[in-house]
Amino acid sequence: MDKSLYKNIWVYVELTEGKAAKVSLELLGEARKIADASGEKLVAVIISDAAEKAIDEISNADVDEIIVVQGQEYKHYSTDAYTFALTQLCKKYNPSALFMGATDNGKDMAPRLSARLDTGSIADTTELYYNPETKDIEWTKPAFGGNLMATIVCEKSRPQIGTIRQGVFKAALPVKRDNINIIREKISTPLETIRTIFKNYTANESTDDIKIEDAEVIVAIGRGVKNQEQIAVFKELADLLGGAIAVTRPIVDCGWYSVKCQVGQSGKIVSPKLYIACGISGAVQHTAGMTSSDVIIAINSDKSAPIFGFADYAVVGDMFEVVPALIDEIKALKGI
Amino acid sequence: MKILVCVKQVPDTEEIKVDPVTGSLIREGVPAILNPLDACALEAAVQFKETYGGNVTVISMGPPQAEQALRQCISVGADDAVLITDRAFKDADTLATSYALSMTAKQLAGFDVIFCGKHTLDGETGQVGPQIAEHLNYNQVTSAMDVKLDSGSLLVLRELEEGRQTVAASLPCVITVTKTNYTPRYPSMKSKMAANRKEIKILSASQIEGLDMDRIGMSGSRTKVTKSFVPQAGQAGMIICEETAEQSGRKLAKLLVDAKII
Repeated sequence: MDKSLYKNIWVYVELTEGKAAKVSLELLGEARKIADASGEKLVAVIISDAAEKAIDEISNADVDEIIVVQGQEYKHYSTDAYTFALTQLCKKYNPSALFMGATDNGKDMAPRLSARLDTGSIADTTELYYNPETKDIEWTKPAFGGNLMATIVCEKSRPQIGTIRQGVFKAALPVKRDNINIIREKISTPLETIRTIFKNYTANESTDDIKIEDAEVIVAIGRGVKNQEQIAVFKELADLLGGAIAVTRPIVDCGWYSVKCQVGQSGKIVSPKLYIACGISGAVQHTAGMTSSDVIIAINSDKSAPIFGFADYAVVGDMFEVVPALIDEIKALKGI
Repeated sequence: MKILVCVKQVPDTEEIKVDPVTGSLIREGVPAILNPLDACALEAAVQFKETYGGNVTVISMGPPQAEQALRQCISVGADDAVLITDRAFKDADTLATSYALSMTAKQLAGFDVIFCGKHTLDGETGQVGPQIAEHLNYNQVTSAMDVKLDSGSLLVLRELEEGRQTVAASLPCVITVTKTNYTPRYPSMKSKMAANRKEIKILSASQIEGLDMDRIGMSGSRTKVTKSFVPQAGQAGMIICEETAEQSGRKLAKLLVDAKII
């Protein structure tokens, strides 16, 4: 196949209640860099029943072009309708790459689309690099529970399709380009071809707690905590810093926190301004989710704990003594 | 209901260690297990069969020793097992894998529901299920935590990032299963022994009708792993280890406030 016939970097923008998903904005920021490196346009693709709000929002995301498909059949995500619309778009415009967030629906659609277009799809990636010599994107993803990183290319076919995990890249600052081209494509999916019908949706019970993917400060606890009462002091530290508690898998397995608070390969990837790992040894399962934090503090009594290899501040000591003193001193210094 | 379950034998990643000298994975001595979410998919399939009737076939693509994983499936409720094994399948990506599995499913014919685990422990892609659905032109529902039959179609509860969604899905359909409602059952001594006696159907590439050899293995793959590496820790930063842990805590507070980190 002639790869030169395929041009431009596409980002499929997933919408939740009319707004772009966080991961989509993160992808637009990173895709901009790739489009600049390859000398291609950055194109956002929106599929929705009501796209106007999102068009405004995405116009400020440093894009060259927005392609919009609108119709009542796109009110709820369905594999059939969305794959159909994206297939039509890909066949008409021949993008060189298509990025999607590694959300549940993104991971539902990307492989199906790639099979239909007979091209490669790379799931759950965390690093992207445009190789100017081969003109291929090099996608890197964790495998084997985060024990191994694999770099994967789609060198024989186009478009290169991949899903990218939330929290890996930072959303770009708002930039509005001059003369953004907004293309409206009429693609209607025949209703009888949509085999899955939306019935209902129940959001998880919302709490007042800050979501870890949104938190600027995270206090993370792991196996070092032996019972639920011991969590209080870490919660106090998190509250003091306006942050959230995150946990490793053993804490989720104990049932003390939900998987929504879990950081790591089987949990979420976070990149807060400050990450405080308390009594966490630093297994790859966990570190796969937190190494892109701006500042990392590790507190552990075992001075050979692998977590110290990632830490900007490595505190060797019993966390049950370090953390209360830390809280006390912060309060004193800040006059709280 | 004719039900198919796709399973994979994988290395137990909990047991994988990294060689501290070479920095590569040590695979020797790592036990091969039935992929945990595939065990959940099988449990979903067996419960489905128990409720609505029918039979459950399990299929795997892999080396001859993957037969072990298939016997395990039979010991916990599968009726038949098929192993497709051939050197020609080697180095297949998800597209080539799903093609080979879908062609075998076509040959075995007539499946109403195909259950898969949401993803495997080793590759962690979650792509094979949806790609099988595409090759067979089946309907698909991913991330299912509960599956019921309701007036001729499926009622599936999906677990999404921020909530739960119910969809009605027409048959035939590929379902990928998350753990939530399906805890795999244990085999009994008797069911284990019966599973050991059971004949596993073994197919090579040439025994799968109409299989296009250009679409399997490495030549059928659209993606290629160019390198793999063990994630490395960076340089350790400042070490704080005062005489007492309390002093260390206070020192950390001063450093953070001085550096305007907090």
